Amino acid sequence: MSTVTTPVTRSSEARPASPDSAWSRWANQHRRWLFAAPAMAFVAVLIIFPVAWTGYLSLTDAEGSVRAESEFIGFQNYLDVLSDTDRFWPAAWRTTLFTGVVLLFEVVLGMAIALLLWRPFRGEKWVRVAILLPLVATPVAVGMMWRLIFDPNIGMANQLLSWVGIGPQPWLSGQSSALPTTMFIDIWQWTPMVVLILLAGLTSLSDEPQEAALIDGASTWQRFRHVTLPLLMPTVIVAILLRGIDALKTFDILYATKGRGGGSFHEVETLNVYAYGLSFDYNDYGVSSTVLIIFFLIIIGVMWALTYRKKGLDR
Amino acid sequence: MKPSRPFKVFRAVALVVVVASLIAPLLWMIAASLKTNVDIYDTSKAFVFSPTLDNYSTVLERANYVQFIGNSLWVAFAATVLSLILGVPAAYSMSRFNMRKSALVVLMARVIPGVSLLVPWYYVFSNLQMVGGFTVLILSHMFVSLPLIVYIMMGYFDGLPTELEEAALVDGLTHIGAFRRITLPLSVPGIATAGILSFIFSWNNFMFALVLSGADTKTLPVAIFDFVGYASIDWGGLMAAATVVTVPIMVIALFVQKYIVSGLTAGATKG
Repeated sequence: MSTVTTPVTRSSEARPASPDSAWSRWANQHRRWLFAAPAMAFVAVLIIFPVAWTGYLSLTDAEGSVRAESEFIGFQNYLDVLSDTDRFWPAAWRTTLFTGVVLLFEVVLGMAIALLLWRPFRGEKWVRVAILLPLVATPVAVGMMWRLIFDPNIGMANQLLSWVGIGPQPWLSGQSSALPTTMFIDIWQWTPMVVLILLAGLTSLSDEPQEAALIDGASTWQRFRHVTLPLLMPTVIVAILLRGIDALKTFDILYATKGRGGGSFHEVETLNVYAYGLSFDYNDYGVSSTVLIIFFLIIIGVMWALTYRKKGLDR
Repeated sequence: MKPSRPFKVFRAVALVVVVASLIAPLLWMIAASLKTNVDIYDTSKAFVFSPTLDNYSTVLERANYVQFIGNSLWVAFAATVLSLILGVPAAYSMSRFNMRKSALVVLMARVIPGVSLLVPWYYVFSNLQMVGGFTVLILSHMFVSLPLIVYIMMGYFDGLPTELEEAALVDGLTHIGAFRRITLPLSVPGIATAGILSFIFSWNNFMFALVLSGADTKTLPVAIFDFVGYASIDWGGLMAAATVVTVPIMVIALFVQKYIVSGLTAGATKG
């Protein structure tokens, strides 16, 4: 019997082990870097190098044309920017306010909607479709859509208010109402994202802690507060992290609704909009690079604080 | 656990409110795109109006939108394919060899404000006479696509068992052969997820094209602004343009819903 099986194994071994050339052996040995190198090269050339250049530009007085000569002026731009209470600090404040408010609403609303969707029900599929639509819509188009709805004269928003006896509001065209209105638009578009993330987290939780709490006589609120929420906390932090980064960098809906410079009175000018304006409306590359570096450091700081918090929770 | 009856009623009411507030604005946009500007300004014709396709003929014929649709498709497609070619093997390497530091460098791109790249890019590419061309536009969109693809695919490869690859090695395949003939075919769902999301993000991207595109290479999100004048806005045309940009992507999203959700929530539950 054993003599019969021998040729069988032989035949499978006899299959040529791919081209056994020196190149193939080298490639297989170094595949780790071979696979990663093209992507890393792309990142180095198109991302790391430009960021480093932005850092350099922030130390120069570069402005006007991209071909103009520029001079090294040390940290002068940083001193100028950090003492600029006219544009920089208001923009920094608006960025903080915008991010804080939209995150608060998106997480609270997102949690509420995710909890509603948690247990299966009839028509679930249609609700999920509705939740997906704002998410995939082009932000600029979403901005335009709300611009019509919030138009003070012909918009549906004031029409609705008039039916319940409230007078017309200026919405996007009001100096103090513009920023809250853009926050509303952001919340409309991105709460669904938080819902999806939290829902993924909820469905991955096991039922046992819930059932144990139920047997112990915990109320619905107690079960949420002391069982579901602590278990879900790492996912909540991921949602805050992902949304927070994008909220800090919001540009499209602000530009679509208020145009350049965040409106004629800079009502919705955040750091990102300010930096864009400095670069491409005023061609003030040195100062804009300074604003960007400061902005970048703020983002990294927030991210670091959040991931630090998350690691604490994971442990 | 069975939900109680009062909860079910509450849930039904609450979800109807949620769905209505998500859908109504979109329907309003589509409705306005089917109205004449006179009807848009007449609030008594908010719901009852005679629909017209005039705005769409303006958008597609006079405003050159057919070309811009082509531009958007081409840029999103090319950026996605190139990012997949670079990103999938990189994600594989980073996942299998635990190259977390390299991964962090690629993922940092998600954090960097796009404007900080635009200034140096603009410097370099305008000196090379490339601003306004497709190459620059595609490269800039890869800045969004590549980190997204690496992020999603790393998670996917982390969850893919290594046993099949090991079996293939025993059968005489090389490491690269095993990746090509075993791992890649198994990764098709992950690649689809990453590719679809990358396409959507690139289609929706506005800021890069705003600076780097020319009159002939304009993408749809930038072209929308053609309907916003300094003095007045052509609301009908604007809403038709907004519909042309958003509705196709929404229709696609309905068919590939599963992939979009798994991509958007990738990494959310791993801790």
